[in-house]
Amino acid sequence: MDVMMMAETLRIGGHGGDEIRAYLARPLGPGPYPGVVVIHHMPGWDEATKEITRRFAAHGHLAICPNLHDREAQGAGPDDAAAAVRARGGVPDERFLGDAAGAVRHLRSMPSSNGRVGVIGYCSGGRQAFLAACCLPIDAAVDCYGAFVASSPPPELPLKMEPVLALAKDMGCPLLGLFGAEDSHPAPEETAQIEAELARLGKTYEFHTYPGAGHGFFATDRPMYRPEAATDGWRRVLSFFGRHLAGDGGA
Amino acid sequence: MCTYVTERAPVTGSAKGPQGWFRLSHATVYLDHPYFTALDHTLNIDLVDESAGPAARVAVELSPDSARALIACIETALARAEM
Repeated sequence: MDVMMMAETLRIGGHGGDEIRAYLARPLGPGPYPGVVVIHHMPGWDEATKEITRRFAAHGHLAICPNLHDREAQGAGPDDAAAAVRARGGVPDERFLGDAAGAVRHLRSMPSSNGRVGVIGYCSGGRQAFLAACCLPIDAAVDCYGAFVASSPPPELPLKMEPVLALAKDMGCPLLGLFGAEDSHPAPEETAQIEAELARLGKTYEFHTYPGAGHGFFATDRPMYRPEAATDGWRRVLSFFGRHLAGDGGA
Repeated sequence: MCTYVTERAPVTGSAKGPQGWFRLSHATVYLDHPYFTALDHTLNIDLVDESAGPAARVAVELSPDSARALIACIETALARAEM
């Protein structure tokens, strides 16, 4: 844990050849280090998610958080961009995958990379982490309370998200799922459905549902924060990435 | 929970943001996690001019009780104006 590290905002290649901003935090040693792509939640590319990104670096990862709302954020703050994206029904899946692929490429191109990259996402980013596990060449994925993996948004909502569980057959990496028993998006019934499908397909996965926790229990800046669930969740995430992202030279 | 509840309506009027007054095109209303307020959920209203980009926005985050109180004030003011 006693690593020297730095954090910076840079530009990476994203979907459709667009350049988007990304927040990168990394240990300053020669490595080799595993990489983690941090997918932000619906409120956007905010301070809390950047803090999570730095925490991964402090634990010996090259961590990058692409701004999935960067195209909407020209001349606007992350909160304004998030509001605009929300009003338009969310980030299109194809665009997300292009941006996430760019973040994965960037991490693997770094001289201190061990070549292995995981993806973790929170809230809407949880669904996107699941999607990345099915569509991108990554080595591990963590879905933190992602909604609409198995179910569709109610038709009266403007969200354009479609369920992605049908893509699970293509999931090419282990998946860790962390959920709250009191959450309704996703509700425990939905996470049980996802778990059953992954079991049927013979995928490698671990699901944990915390009693007394609802949606967003990792969020230290919100009343929904649940220290016990969050502390255990962080332990599981770091252990999971430690097992699946260790390279030949170790991290 | 993340409610994802979002309502949207075209509006006529103006709002004052950091760059001064601007014309409004839409209001977006949703009950979800706030960006700033220290509550699990708030009733959020974005008053925007979509043609001017995401920065043309005036935002409020209200507790549900505050939102209901605001609705009552609006209804009362409109009703009195019609008297």
